[in-house]
Order: sequence, then C-alpha cells, then structure tokens
Amino acid sequence: MAEKILMKGNEAIAISAIRNGVDGYFGYPITPQSEVMETLMKEKPWETTGMVVLQAESETSSINMLYGGASCGKKVMTSSSSPGVSLMCEGISYIAGAELPCVVVDVMRGGPGLGTIQPSQSDYNQIVKGGGHGDYHNIVIAPASAQDMYDFVDWGFELAFKYRNPVVVLADGIIGQMMEKVEMHPMKPRRTAEEILRDAPWAVTGKPASRERHIITSLSLDADIQEQFNIKLKEKYAMIEANEVRFSEYMTGDAEYIFVAFGCSSRICEAVVDELRAEGIKAGLLRPITLYPFPSGEIARLAAQAKSMMSIELNLGQMVHDVRLAVNGACPVGFYGRQGGNIYTPEEIVAEFKKFNGLA
Amino acid sequence: MSISIEEIKKPENIVYRRPALLTDNVMHYCPGCSHGTVHKLVAEVIEEMGIQDRTIGISPVGCSVFAYNYIDIDWEEAAHGRAPALATATKRLCPDKYVFTYQGDGDLASIGTAEIIHACSRGENIVVIFINNGIYGMTGGQMAPTTLIGMKTSTTPYGRDPKLNGFPLVIADMISHLDGTAYITRQSVHTAVAARKAKSAIRKAFEYSAKGIGLSFVEIVSTCNSGWKMTPVEANKWMVENMFAKYPIGDIKDVLK
Amino acid sequence: MKEEIIIAGFGGQGVLSMGKILAYSGIMQDLEVTWMPSYGPEMRGGTANVCVILSDKKIGSPIVTKYDTAVILNQQSLDKFEKTVKPGGWLIYDPSGITRHPERKDINICSINAIEGAARTGNSKVYNMVVLGALLKVNPLVTLENVEKGLGKCIPARYSSLIPLNKAAIEDGMEHAEIINRA
Repeated sequence: MAEKILMKGNEAIAISAIRNGVDGYFGYPITPQSEVMETLMKEKPWETTGMVVLQAESETSSINMLYGGASCGKKVMTSSSSPGVSLMCEGISYIAGAELPCVVVDVMRGGPGLGTIQPSQSDYNQIVKGGGHGDYHNIVIAPASAQDMYDFVDWGFELAFKYRNPVVVLADGIIGQMMEKVEMHPMKPRRTAEEILRDAPWAVTGKPASRERHIITSLSLDADIQEQFNIKLKEKYAMIEANEVRFSEYMTGDAEYIFVAFGCSSRICEAVVDELRAEGIKAGLLRPITLYPFPSGEIARLAAQAKSMMSIELNLGQMVHDVRLAVNGACPVGFYGRQGGNIYTPEEIVAEFKKFNGLA
Repeated sequence: MSISIEEIKKPENIVYRRPALLTDNVMHYCPGCSHGTVHKLVAEVIEEMGIQDRTIGISPVGCSVFAYNYIDIDWEEAAHGRAPALATATKRLCPDKYVFTYQGDGDLASIGTAEIIHACSRGENIVVIFINNGIYGMTGGQMAPTTLIGMKTSTTPYGRDPKLNGFPLVIADMISHLDGTAYITRQSVHTAVAARKAKSAIRKAFEYSAKGIGLSFVEIVSTCNSGWKMTPVEANKWMVENMFAKYPIGDIKDVLK
Repeated sequence: MKEEIIIAGFGGQGVLSMGKILAYSGIMQDLEVTWMPSYGPEMRGGTANVCVILSDKKIGSPIVTKYDTAVILNQQSLDKFEKTVKPGGWLIYDPSGITRHPERKDINICSINAIEGAARTGNSKVYNMVVLGALLKVNPLVTLENVEKGLGKCIPARYSSLIPLNKAAIEDGMEHAEIINRA
C-alpha cells in the first residue's frame, strides 16, 4: 500500500511536482501559498530529479519563465494567489496564444485589490472566463482536498500537453493551508530529451540544419491568419468541452434539491446535504471538478428532476451564472455566498436554503 | 582577357557572402536601420561557432519582434520586456544550449527593466543583445528611456525635457555594478570597422555564456533614421556626434581581463 | 466517531505542531484527519489556533464553529473559544496566566499546568506535549502507541533521539491532568 503522509495542500503540490517528473518551478512568495516554493527549496529536487526551482523577481517574471520553459517542451509550473495571478494574466494570455502547455496553481484569497489573505473563491470569473486579453480559455480544475492537490498536478500536465493549453489548478486558502493525509503514487521520472521530442515535436530544442526552425509566438499581423488561428482554438476548445468534463455527485439520485459547489465549498455542502437528508429533505450535491469545461450537460440533466438548484460560493455570485445558463429556466436557481475570508457553516447554508425554497 | 561568372564564383575568389543562417525573407526594416547589420553579425557568429542546433533566440516586442523570420534558428517570441525571463528558464532547463535575447531600448530599458536587472543579478548564463537607438521605432517614434535630453520624438515634440520626462537611462553602466554580469560592452555598426568590432564582441559574449561565469551584454548604439526623421547618412553622423557622448563606445566590464 | 478539536494559544507555544502530532496519530489509527490552521499575521507573536478533526468517515468541512474539545493556552483563546465547546464536551486549559477561569458547568473542564510539567521533564520545548498528555488522559482519542508513531512521523529523523523526551512529557501531562468540572 502506498504511504500516507500528513501534509498541507500546498506541500502536496510541491511534493507531487517532484514525484511526477516536473522539470521546472518558477514562483514568487505570496500568502496563502508560499509553502509550495518553501517545500521545493527544502527538498532540493535539483540534486535528485534535476528539477529546476527558481524564485523569480515577480509573478510577471515567473509566468514568462513558464513561457520560456514550456517553449522547450518542458513540464513547467508556478503557483500564486489572487493578486499574483492577476499579474500573471498577461503571460497566461501569451501562453494560450502560443499554445504552450503549463500548470498554474492559484490558491485564491479574497479581493479586490490587496484584499485579504483569507480563503475565497472570488476569482472564478477571472480564471474560468479568461483573465488575460483575447479569445481564449484556460482548462480549470478545482481541487477539494490535499489529495486532489497532489493528484491534479499530474492530471494538469496531462491535459496541458494533450491540448497545448495552460491549465489552472484553482484552489483556495483552505485547500492550500489544510493538512490531510495524502497517498503518494510511485515516482515518475522526468522526461528524457527523446521523450520531449516525441511528446512535444513543436518545441524549441535547437534547430538542426535538416529541419525547419521552430518558432514559438503568439503574433500574427495578418487578419485572416489570426482569424484562422482563433477558429483553430475554438475547435480545440470544442474538443476539450466534449472530452474532459469531470464532476462528482453526492446523493443526487433521487434529489429534489441540488446544490452546486466546487472546491472547499463542495465539502461544506456535503455536510449540508447530510443535515437536510436527516430532516427528510431530498437534497443532493453536484461538484464540478473541471470548471472549464463546465459540466453544463449534467446540470441540465439534474435540473429536469429538481425543484430548485442553489449555487454555493465564497464570492458574490460568479459560477451561479454558468449554472443558470445550464439550467436554462428549467428550475429556479438560487445563490448563497460569503466573502472576505468568512466561511459559511452548514447550518447557515441550511437556513438560506430553506428561505430560498420557502421551507422555513 | 575576360573572366567568366563561373570563374568569379570559385571559392578562392569569394571575398564576401551572405551568412548561411540568414533566411531568404525580405527584411521589414527601414533602409539605413542598424537591425539588419546586427542580425547579420549574430547569424555569422552562430554559423562560425557551429552552434546553430544549440542556439535558441528570444525576440522582443519592438521593431525586431520578427527577428525569428531572419535568422535560421529556433526562436521564442516574448511578451514586451520579458525576454530575459524566458531566457532564464530556457537556459536553466536546457543548460547545454546557447541562449540569447535580442531587445530594443523600449523593451529592455523601459517595460523590461525588472527582468533584465534580475537576470543580470542572478548571473544567468545568457547573452543579451541590446539595440539602443533612443526611440520607439515600431510604434512610430515615441520617447524611449534612452532618448537624449532635447531630442524630439512624437511624445516629446518640443524635445526631451528632464523636468517633464526625466533623464536618459544608461543601462549598461548600471548593470556593470551587478555581480552577476561577466562581460558588458557598448558597440556600434555604422562603419565596417565598427561592425567588425561589434561582431568580435558578440562572439565573445556567446563564448562567455558557455563558461558559466554570468550574463554577457552587448549594447549596440544604433540609428533609427525613420524615427529620427533623417537620412541614413545624417543619422549616422548625428549618432556619432550626440549618442556617443552619452553612450560612449567600448568595453565596460570583462571579468576575465 | 467524529471529534472536532480546537487548539488555541500564543504563537510559539507549539499549538500547530501539537495539532499536527494529534492528526498524524489519527492517521496511524486509520482515521480520516484534517488540520486547518488560522494563518497569516496573527501567527507572528499573536494568537494561533488550529482545528483538528478526527473521524472514521470522510470529513466534509474542515472548518467548524462548535467543538467537541477545546485546548486553550491563553486568556484570549479562552474568551473566544469557551462558548464554542459543545455541551458535554471537553475544555482542557493551562491555568497559568489565566485571570478569568472557565465558568461553564455544562462542559467537562480539565486543568494542566504544563509549564511545571515541562520543567519536570527538563525541556521547555515539550510544553505542548504535556498539554497533549492531559488531553489524552481525559479524552483518549488515539492510543499512546499511535501517538508514538505520530511523533515519529512529525519529528525529523535527525532528531529521533528526542522521541523519548516527548513521550515522557506526554506521560507527565497524563499524570498531572486535573479534572475540575464534570458536566
């Protein structure tokens, strides 16, 4: 049996990066995710797997280091929290435009501005809808446990290389700071130069006289060429939407009332469902694991059986708009949220649920 | 006696040829621009060192954004000012490669100051080619950090006034104080002699970058006759008389000397 | 079984590491665990607290507002958390430095002078282990054997010689825990 280690979500990201053959990590300190780089520096993976770890001068620089490293076909990642990710959004747009694979971990805190260092989910719109300029999508995966943090690093790189697209692991201060037991999988070695040529034949690896040069760029000044590229991206996103939706459900089989919640909120909503079931109310939970692509199909299917749906988020109401689009009027859609680093209790959500559904 | 074309083309008669690593693409640079000459020198150095398959170039945002169209190597095209960040990761992840950035003064000395200073400070084993012509060429001749006092640009139409616009930034001298830099030189390419010296400097920078002794920086004081609104000949003269006073030609730092 | 525990005191008292050892001991006992700290500036010299949950089922929310057990090591934390203990739950506290002692009659209260315990053990750094001993005496959530295994996981190998000292501190705390109210 694999060893179970007690670790923070942030530490799980770092250990997973080393154990899953990541080539490079570039980051900048910010609460509540600084343990990622601290753990990497303490582990010194450059002495074991050869992984490069570098503290950059800013988040702007970190994300551009990812651009450089990803251009070489390497598995590169960074982590930050909301204000830092805002700085990275320029670079993420370039990475999307140059079709480069990388993994960005965003351990969200409350904003806007410097905001708070406490947990929040208020960057759903920023990350799921884009963040940077231009028509593009991040693939967004939302962990709800330290084990997810560990597992999603490798899954993130799989998706990133499959689609040559940035992947954002959208976590929050709770998932980053909380310790839980994490099961470690067998070590995966870093890819060899030959494997990089095989998996990333587009990469900048030094041009032999015999092949065309490889150019990593997001620039095209010709309107028609740019439009063709945008259409190509659209086709890629359609493939991602068709193939990569992932979600989990809790007690939805006979549920008349459906909660939709991601990340830490989905865990709290499990307790809500338990409480309501104990009262004889048939509640269930849908947890989107991928936020882009969004599980719209499953939400629509559940909407057909539900008396109502409620989106529970640590923000003023962001994902609820995607839920409403998916429900498309089939049932009422409610919302309850907390902000500023405040976390709802299950009792509080139960009360709001009853108010919304006239069950009080 | 007449000689045939074939005879002239014999290898022993060739005194000049275009470097093999310059592509057939027609350059978009204005006639008289220094970029074309510097591209040629970089291509020659890579060819002569035999490192085409081990060299990765990082192009900037600015007139040389399309450098990747002209030199036949693998390229990464960076966001504005970020080339040294790309180069840092590229070199650290591929330490057996020669990695260079090619940046103008808007890219390197304005929006990208943090990136260049920290790449220098960390002693990244990369080459930086810095084209300093005191103006933003691509966007139509606006003031650059390196614009001289009194110099007219589209955003300093009455001349750069230090009270309004501050003073010219002398990057090469600034970074010479950073322990991570190995070789810093300032060159120009306005005469054949100057171009030969610039080429030697570029070659030295590439050679130093393989020694693991820190960052090598070659500034080329250049002309932008379109932006300066001069003929190429006038621009060269103006550069010698004005730019060289603020940006004197010569080596600034060489840790191996 | 599900036990929701808050451990609160000053930064430097070993609040977070006590929570970690308790959580690791839970893993050794095949339980599900979460360890959720308060984080940020309040860690530096101010109050620190950590919520540890041990359960034989998957744990939903790692953050709760009512606790089965509260371990309280300063006055601010007592003021904040006494009211959050569920009726019939446990409050374990160190009376040194406390000016207003716990007043509730519907909870179990245990007092442990851990500064004296640490002094008896001969090392002030095991203060938190004396407290842990008191907790385990009155509320044996995990077996001593699993606590010892948990200690082994939390203490870096190069300091493994310190495990007996920590164990001694736990035993001291078990011996000197004083129950002062029974609900």
